[in-house]
This record gives sequence, C-alpha cells and structure tokens, in this order.
Amino acid sequence: MSEALIFDAVRTPRGRGKRGSLHSVKPVALAAGVLRAIADRNSLDTSAVDDVVLGVVSPVGEQGSDIARTALLAAGWDQRPAGVQLNRFCASGLEAVNLAAAKVASGFEDLVVAGGVESMSRVAMGSDGGAWAMDPETALGLSFVPQGVSADLIATLEGYSREDVDAWAVRSHQRATLARDKGYFDRSVVPVVDQNGTAVLEFDEAIRPETTLDGLGKLKPSFLMTGEVGFDTVAIDRYPTVERISHVHTPGNSSQIVDGAAAMLIGTARAGGELGLTPRARIVSLAVVGTEPTIMLTGPAPAARKALDKAGLSIEDIDLVEINEAFSSVVLKFLRDMDLPEEKVNVNGGAIALGHPLGATGCMILSTLLDELERQDLRRGLATLCVGGGMGIATIIERV
Amino acid sequence: MSIPEGTFHYEKDADGIVTLTMDMAGSANVMNADYVAAMGEAVSRLEQDQLTGVIITSAKKTFFAGGDLKTLIQITPDNAVEALESVEEIKAQLRRLEKLGKPVVAAINGAALGGGLEIALACHHRVVLDDDTIKLGLPEVTLGLLPGSGGVTRLVRMLGIQAALPLLTQGTQLRPQRALQAKIVDALASSREDLIAQARAWIAINPGPVQPWDVPGHHVPDFKVGESELYPFLAAAPAFLHKKTRGVFPAPEKILAAAVEGAHVDFDTALKIEGRYFVELAAGQVSKNMITAFWFQLNEINARGSSSRNKVTKLGVLGAGMMGAGIAEVSAKAGISVVLKDVSLEAASRGARDLPGITPTDSDTDLAGCDLIIEAVFENRELKNKVLPAAESAALPDAVIASNTSTLPITGLASAVSDPEKFIGLHFFSPVPKMQLVEIIRGEKTSEETLTRALDYVRQIGKTPIVVNDSRGFYTSRTFGTYVTEAITMLAEGVHPALIENVARKAGMAVGPLAVSDEVTLTLQLKIREQTLADDPSSAGLAEHPAFGVLQQLVDLGRTGKSGGAGFYEYPADGKKFLWPELVTRFTRDEAGVSEQDVHDRLLFIQSLETVRCLDENVLTSVGDANIGSIFGFGFAPWSGGTLQFVNSTGLAAFVERADYLADTYGERFRPSSSLRDRAARGEQY
Repeated sequence: MSEALIFDAVRTPRGRGKRGSLHSVKPVALAAGVLRAIADRNSLDTSAVDDVVLGVVSPVGEQGSDIARTALLAAGWDQRPAGVQLNRFCASGLEAVNLAAAKVASGFEDLVVAGGVESMSRVAMGSDGGAWAMDPETALGLSFVPQGVSADLIATLEGYSREDVDAWAVRSHQRATLARDKGYFDRSVVPVVDQNGTAVLEFDEAIRPETTLDGLGKLKPSFLMTGEVGFDTVAIDRYPTVERISHVHTPGNSSQIVDGAAAMLIGTARAGGELGLTPRARIVSLAVVGTEPTIMLTGPAPAARKALDKAGLSIEDIDLVEINEAFSSVVLKFLRDMDLPEEKVNVNGGAIALGHPLGATGCMILSTLLDELERQDLRRGLATLCVGGGMGIATIIERV
Repeated sequence: MSIPEGTFHYEKDADGIVTLTMDMAGSANVMNADYVAAMGEAVSRLEQDQLTGVIITSAKKTFFAGGDLKTLIQITPDNAVEALESVEEIKAQLRRLEKLGKPVVAAINGAALGGGLEIALACHHRVVLDDDTIKLGLPEVTLGLLPGSGGVTRLVRMLGIQAALPLLTQGTQLRPQRALQAKIVDALASSREDLIAQARAWIAINPGPVQPWDVPGHHVPDFKVGESELYPFLAAAPAFLHKKTRGVFPAPEKILAAAVEGAHVDFDTALKIEGRYFVELAAGQVSKNMITAFWFQLNEINARGSSSRNKVTKLGVLGAGMMGAGIAEVSAKAGISVVLKDVSLEAASRGARDLPGITPTDSDTDLAGCDLIIEAVFENRELKNKVLPAAESAALPDAVIASNTSTLPITGLASAVSDPEKFIGLHFFSPVPKMQLVEIIRGEKTSEETLTRALDYVRQIGKTPIVVNDSRGFYTSRTFGTYVTEAITMLAEGVHPALIENVARKAGMAVGPLAVSDEVTLTLQLKIREQTLADDPSSAGLAEHPAFGVLQQLVDLGRTGKSGGAGFYEYPADGKKFLWPELVTRFTRDEAGVSEQDVHDRLLFIQSLETVRCLDENVLTSVGDANIGSIFGFGFAPWSGGTLQFVNSTGLAAFVERADYLADTYGERFRPSSSLRDRAARGEQY
C-alpha cells in the first residue's frame, strides 16, 4: 500500500449569497478557477493527474452532468485526467479528499485532485429533489425532518440555550476576523478573477467582525415555522421524552449560504517526487458512519472515534480540530461528546462566519486545518462534518 | 349477453342519447359484483351502439352509495392479487367509458359519495341537482381506505395535488354549491327535469369530448416532473399530515403517496399506483378496524329506537350550567321546544343565550306539557332528589325523566320519581354541541318503552346512543378513568411525563392523559375515589393505588387542574401550556426502565381490559356499544376501531399473552379475566 500525501490545497474566498460577489460567477468557472490555480502554482503537468474528484450537493442545472470533467477541460487541462462528481451531502468536499486518498493509497492511482464546488446562490439547496424529502411514503417512513429542526432537537436534548449557541457564533466571527486580518488564510485562498483578469473576490466576505451576542439575540428563529408545520411532531415522535423543541437556531448561529470552490492535490511520494512536489502532510485515516437520521447531525463524534481507532490514536493525540459549523449545536455537542477544549477547535472560525458552500466545505476545512498546523508547527489534525441523512465523516492528517 | 336484470336500465331516445339509469336491487346502487357485471355490459353496448351521447343517472334516492364494504373487509394479504384484479376491472370499465369518443354526462340526482363520485369523475361533464341534502365527496379515508376506482388519480389531475389533497385526506363531503366552487362538478340543476335538460344540452354542443388527461402533453395542474416549484410543498406535506395522523392512520398517508407518485407518471400508470396502495390499505388491519366500528357497528347503533321514531315535542332541562345549556341548544336546533330551568331567571337566561326555541324559566309550572325532562344540575344527590319530583309533577304524566349525571348510579336516583320505570340516564359529553355520543344508562327498573323513547330522542337530535346498564362510572367514565390513572401511576413510577403524553398521542388517543386529568381537575378525581371507597370499601386496589398519592401531592401544592390555573401543566397567560417542570425533578427516574412500547401498551390495554370487565359484569351488552362509546365518548384511538376491536386486531391470544406480561411486570390490574382467556382459547373475537 502507498501513502496518500497532500502536496497542496487551494480554495476560493467564500462569496455571500445572491447579493454577494460570486453570484455573477458560474459554478464551472469557480471549479475551473481552483483547478487552474493548483496547476499553475505547482507547475503541474496535468496529464499526470489520474482523476479529478469534485463534491457537489445539488448536481443539477449549471452544476449537473459531471461538472468535474467539464471543469478540468474548461480549465485548459490536459484531456487525459478523468473527472467524477460525487455527493455525500455536506461532506462531499471531504469525501472527495477521502476517495482520492483511497485511490492513491490503494495503489490503483498515483495522483488525484480532490475538491468541490457549490454556487448556492445560483443552484438552490434542495433543487435536486430526492426521495428522502420529496417522496411522501419514504419521508414518512424515515421520519424526515429538515436539518434545522434536527439542530434544534440537538440543542433541546443537550440543553443548549439560545445564548449558548449564539456565543459560539460570536466566537466564530471573532476568530475568522482575526485569521483573515492576520493573513492565516492566505496560503490557500486564491482570488476569483473574471475573463479580463479583474479580481471579482479576494477575501472571504461573509465574516461580520462587528457581531455581538446582543445583536445575534435579536434574530428570529429560522425553523420555528418549519417545526410548527409538523416537523416538530415528527421529531418528537422519534424522541418522545421531548415535550417541545426549543428553536434556538437563527441565520446568525447557523452556517451561511455562500458560493465557493476548493481543490487539493493528493498523490504518492513517487508521483510527487517525479513532478518535483513537496509533501505537506499525509492522510492518516478516514471514516464515515451512519447515525440516527432524524436527529441527523450527531455523526461527527462517532466518525471521529472511528477514524481515531483506525489510526490507533486517541483524541489527546490530535492537536487541532476542524468541525464544520453547520449549526452551533452540532459543534457544542461534538465538544461535549469528545471532551475537547474550545482552544483546539475551529481556531480560525468556521462556517457560521465564513459560510458553507456545501460541496466544497469539506475540502476547505481540511486545507484550513493544514495551514494552521503548519503556522503553529503542530503535528496532527482532525477534520469532521455532520452529514445529511444521519451520517458523519472524519479525516485525520499528520504533517510530514 | 345483456345488462343483467335488476341493475342498470339502458334507454336510447330518438336523438341517439342513451340514458343509463342505475337501479340496482336493494335500496341503493353499490359497487359490488352485480355492478361490475352491469357496467361491463353497459360499456360494451355503448361501444357498439350508434349514439350521440350518454347520460348516467340513478333511479334511487341517492346517485350511488359507494363501495361494497362487506366484500372489501374480506380482502387480506392472501387474496390481494384477486382484489387488485377486481379493482382494476372497475377502473378499466370507467376508462373505456371516458374514452368512448362520445359525450358522457353524469346527471347526479342524489348523494354521490366514494365510488359514486368516482363514476361521475370518469364522465366528461357533471351536473348535480341543487339540493342541500345531497353530499358529494370521497370519504373512503374515514374508513381507512382510499378512493381506489380512479378517485385519487382523477381528482389530482382535475384540481392539482394541493387542491385535491384536503378533499382526499379529510374525506370532505360537499353540498352541491360547494362542490361547484371546488370544481368537482360543472353545473347545478334546479330540478330533475333541468338536470336531464342540461345534460342533453351539453351533449348537443360537445360531440366528441376528451378528458383533460387524455390530451397530449397533459400534466397535473400544479406539478411537472423536473420542475421544483412544488418541492417545498412536497417536503412539508408528509409532516403536516403526520401532525394529525401521528403515524397510526395509514390511509391519508397512502393517499398522499398515491397522489404524488401518480403525478410523476402518465394517467394509466398513476391508476396502477393508486390500485396498489388501495389494496395495501384494504388488506391492512386499520381499515378493517375502522370499517367494523364506523360502518357496521355505527350503522347498527344509529338504527336503534322505534320504527315510528317517537318525537319529543317539548323538553324540560333542569339546570342551565354548561351541560344543561348545551343539551338545550342541540335539542332546540333539532326543532324541539325547550324550557330551560334554573334557580333564577338570570341563571336560566344566561344558559339560554337568547337562542331561538329555548325559553328560560325559574318555575316548574313552565314545564307543563313536557314529554321529556333532563336533569343537569350539580352532582349532588339531595339537590337532584329535590328537583326531579317537582319537575315530574309539572310535566306530562307519561313523560320520560332523565338524569345527565356522570357519577351517581341511576337506580338510586330513580327512587326520587314516582315511577322509576320512566327514569333513565342520559349521559351527555362536554362540550355537548361537539360531542357525538350520548351514553344511555338503564336503571334496574327502567322500562323498555322508556329506553326506546330515549333512543328516539338521541336520534332526533342527531347524536349516537350507546346503551349500558347501571354501574359506578357507567361504561365511559369508568374506562376512561383507568387511562388517566394508569398514566399517573407511570408518572409515580418515574416515567418521564413528556413520554407519557407523547406516547398517548402516538397511540392515537385524542388527548394526553395528564392534560385531560387537568381538564377534569385533580380534585374531582380524588373526590370520586373518596365516594367510591365510602360506598364500597372493598374496591379492589383503590385504597393503596399509587396514582392517588401523586394527585394528593399536587393538590396539596395548590395544583388542582386547569381551572385552578395549575396542575400537571403550567398555564401561562401569554402562551401555550407546558408540563410543570418539577414533575421531572420530583418523579422522573432514569432507572424507571419502562420502555416506550410498555408505556404504549399500558395506556391502551388498561382500557380494553376494563371494557372486558364491563362486558363481564353486564354493564355493556354489545361490542358495538363498547367500540363506539370508547371512540366517541373518550377519544380512544380511532384507528383501532375501539377498545374491543383493539383486542381483536391485536389477536386475542397475543393480547392475553401481552396482558399477562403487563400483569407480571406492572400489577394484577392487567390480568386478563377468565372470559377473555376462554374466548381466546375458543379462537373467537369480540
């Protein structure tokens, strides 16, 4: 078996929604942009790449039809790399990395680019339909509820108050602001430029440095109405010790809807050597798990434990953790489940401040983790995400 | 082959218009084997005939009565294939009818419910007699079924998913005017002649109509495959439904599924999907429960009373409180002249609320001429003993005298009147205008004639009567009491209060037991226990029953129930009630170890077991009374078909085994009686 090494990672800045800077940029251009950037700055002979694996969560319309293959051709790459698009909901970006790592580690392939893209402002979440939510027999049989209701259910069961979840959100903005201002994201972020070479977006634009607990406290709950339609009852019937669901999540303490793309170059030591690439980290272990689908978002801890077990490590062996801030309660529960100190987790903020471009996020948080391990000169990191349908994913990396 | 005798009449006139008159043997047209034979022949003949159009109408009072429930209830998973074939045949005939190439008009002269409306929907045009006694709709869901003769598919394609779903999942029955507004019929007719004239006129100007779903490019009005506009609705619809069904009513869920899945495909494929779901429901236990209770048993119960249907002309109601006022109101609405008496004219007038037909009074003399007296004063024996004889002497000599008591035995109260044979219990439920049931209690000396007149009165005001023999708590209060007491017992054992309430609702109970306990007040429950113990110190297990310790604790803290502002629940002035948080700190123990399934079974089994006891003690004399009384009286899970049908649907042997487990684990109150064991051993049902 070979070792899967990370040579480089890039990402776009994250653009904020329909009124944000990236709404004018089509998804294929976002994806092609990061592919071009990772090739250019590594002087990569793209013909040496076996495959490009891109995560997309709503792979319809502009994001449909295997955007990975289309984007690499659009980026002017050699025609020989293949391309595949995958979907593991919010974990798609990290799943792309894990699949690339598995291809490389198995020895079947030598050099793979993993990543993801999502223009949430152009292809709306949920526009791909699906039986889980849209087919009544299935939805009723599986007690489907939207994620926000699941997040509120977690807060209810764990006893997180509105202030608890808002406090984490404030921290996310503070940490992200500091990281951006101090240039901690600079190694990975590549500006999005238009066809004339003009920069469309150079920095993450969703961060709100002025965020306060007071300000967040004024926002209305996002999922109160959704719950009252009937989803609260569906959730309660699955968790019948809950009398009522406390709807604490708002747009302020949930991940932001943004646009963005990411790419990571993964390969064997030999392939890297031949191409003159310097390895930055190795992928130590990876894991996915299924968990109860109605509460849906409790997968990170079991996934993390599974990845740790595979690697023969304990959580104390991990120096830094990135957990996707889908909702505040998911992060707080993960901290509680894993008995982790806040100082180790999302030290440069997370999706509450930066945004969660669904298909790309997993790859982005892994590159943020790697950059920060290097900056602090630490050794091991773990990235994890909660996943729709009741799943969890985790990846452990170690600097080399 | 020709159309069989005693089914349809086929008449073609000089204009080439065929009138197909449905006139099946019996009082109504029903979708049975005779219908299939008749419709098959009729359609074949229409296909071969030279004609300009077809009018389908009925020679009966109703247009068409619907499915043949005697056959439907026989469908099981074992004969599902045959059942599917038969329903496919019905649909194939209607499909041939609407593809005749000639105009087919439904001239709806009377009620068209279920199968009747489905036939009409397969016509190109629907005219209905504008008569408010006529109802149109697809009420299959109320019997745990779906309209399986194309009803789901056609209604969705006519109205769109969103407009069709409420009609289908609630089984809404519409009067002609509303049916026109809802676009399920096309025109109203002022008379039978006009009905036929309009049908003929439509035929004349529409020589070759095609159903909208047979026009190329057709799709469901509000849904097109691949377009996401309806996604938010489709995602929310199951949850919206679940809030009402709590997962125990499969019919509305399958209707939703058939409607949505059908919308993704062409019309004929949609019919197949509808057919599969129909057979799934028909073969399932819930439709059997609901058909048994809400069709066969309810019809039998509502047919009770005299064939001449004695009418009460003047009713005297004693006591103008909530119950008395409610009884007066529903009786006046039924055209009975009502005298409402209370201690003062003010009190009586408050109860009468100026409603037409109710005369408030404070004097017994105004009761002159009453042929029925209903006493609804406070639950106090002396008071009742005082007002009853006074009213009796003022009313007609042969007047029936009734008490609305819910706690005092009728036989004892009967001694207050001169002729106990004329005395009877008429136990109404609160709120009277809304609650369908009246529990009639026969005292030891109540005569058959008195009972018949009471039954006739209950039918006169449009309510459903069950008949029980005298006993403490009669049937409904007594059995319902076990539900509440069992819940409080579980609370005392350390079961989480939210789990008790939620599982009760998930089991299909209309109200959570702790919530309803607050409604009736905790003090009343303690008082009833005191009375019971005083009257009968041997009352098994009551003295040391753990539930009463909890009640006493709460009452001692001033938590007496909803009317007192606090009970098991808190009642904030500005919001929804919620469980008193201290219930958890005071009672809940994680190690209580009562599983959700056990909570569920304890809540339902205890009521069924008490019902069996009522049957053993001859308080109940029919299974229908037990089932209907439990659902209409105290909101027992309607999906189960009632307290005894629940035993049937569990299977008697399985029920006995489970009850024994509950008795071993939670107490002897769950031990099945010997009558139940014997019945199970004989392989009989209730």
